[in-house]
Amino acid sequence: MSTSVKDKVIEIIAEQAVLEPQDISLDATLEDLGIDSLQLVESIFAIEEAFDIQVPFNANDPSASEFDISSVGAIVRAVEGLVAEQAA
Amino acid sequence: MKRVVITGQGTINALGHSVPETLAAFREGRCGISELEIRDVERLSIRIGGQVKGYEPEAHFNRQQIALYDRFTQFTLLAAREAIGQSGLSFQGESAVRAGVVLGTAGGGVNTWDENYRVVYEERKNRVHPFVVPKLMNNAAASHVSIQWNLKGPSFTVATACASSNHAMGQAFHMIRSGMCDVMITGGSESMLCFGGVKAWEGLRVMSRDACRPFSANRSGMVQGEGAAVFVFEEYEHARARGADILAEVVGFAMTSDASDIVMPSRQGAARAMAGALADARLSPEDIGYINAHGTGTAANDKTECAAVADVFGAHADRLMISSTKSMHGHLIGGTGAVELLACIMALREGVIAPTIGYEEPDPECALDVVPNEAREARVDAVISNAFAFGGLNAVLALRRA
Repeated sequence: MSTSVKDKVIEIIAEQAVLEPQDISLDATLEDLGIDSLQLVESIFAIEEAFDIQVPFNANDPSASEFDISSVGAIVRAVEGLVAEQAA
Repeated sequence: MKRVVITGQGTINALGHSVPETLAAFREGRCGISELEIRDVERLSIRIGGQVKGYEPEAHFNRQQIALYDRFTQFTLLAAREAIGQSGLSFQGESAVRAGVVLGTAGGGVNTWDENYRVVYEERKNRVHPFVVPKLMNNAAASHVSIQWNLKGPSFTVATACASSNHAMGQAFHMIRSGMCDVMITGGSESMLCFGGVKAWEGLRVMSRDACRPFSANRSGMVQGEGAAVFVFEEYEHARARGADILAEVVGFAMTSDASDIVMPSRQGAARAMAGALADARLSPEDIGYINAHGTGTAANDKTECAAVADVFGAHADRLMISSTKSMHGHLIGGTGAVELLACIMALREGVIAPTIGYEEPDPECALDVVPNEAREARVDAVISNAFAFGGLNAVLALRRA
């Protein structure tokens, strides 16, 4: 994981969870962090804005989306993938 | 208390430019959702909608009228003309004073906002057309109906997002039932299928890119529609005295608030609204043969609504029919309850239940008779129509066969 993507994603999630970035562990789930569906949609929006990417995410059924939101680490890896695709 | 009946109905929506065309589509299970034809559609990620196609404003309105009427007002006026025409009513003197208009819309003149923001922000012009404000205001449609038909009693517009039309028709019902008015023109209208309107909905990430499939396990979200439906609500003795053709009777209405979340629906709030409408109508759950569902095609709505139906109707939930016509005309937001009332009246009057089309896979959490894909002949004596809005505002109407 590149530090910059990881740090930025964690910063975005921490802001939504009203926590400090150092309190966000990579194996935490969004549920662990108390992030609800609206905060999740806001996080996805913030990620898209920060990295200028399109995140394939449908709030109607998040588990069916290609974008893995099962943990903070999964989100970081998914964003890294999208950023790499963008650069390619 | 006075009894309230419906003596006229009119519509324009993605399924047709009149009531007969729309009911034919309901019977055929035809889908009105198609590729959006709007400016800058290539910059949208959602490119389908229940758009009114083959519509030329110039065929119905003159140049001065078009300068004053946003698309949502045009749709309303066309639907009102059909409804009032069918009722055979005209309004002069005392009858004008005893009649009003209450309509629902969530966004009002969204196309007018969109076009004029473009003018000032994108084209950098510093002057807009003088009629922008009277064209975009939410009450423009209600006011123009009042002006065109000489309705001089209480008139206003209700904005409760996706429940706007049901709240409006509930007000009209109350105003006649209480004796305040003899006739109310009511229903609702929406037209936000423009770049800004669709872009705003994209943001919520609940929109489907392919189809609206309420209650189907493979549902992928909601699809926006546009259009209007307008009804003539009339005091029963008033209608009978003039020998009017009574389409259905409005017998109950209830509204509740979830008081919990701005977007997530509540099973308890929805159940209280349905139970309240039954109690107001003095109907028992077993009397209801058909429910026109809110049925948006989002997982959150469909599961919550089915659970609430089970709570209110108990074992009878497995015997009644429930369908979402949004699968055909899309979600008309503030106008949706009005277009959906057409399906309720068709069920009562013609014994034909409009289907939920696009139904492909059963969902164990929505295990009700959703009238999948094909309309069905069935005699029903009483129906309810559900609307559950963002903001947790619920409004349910109960109708009985005339």
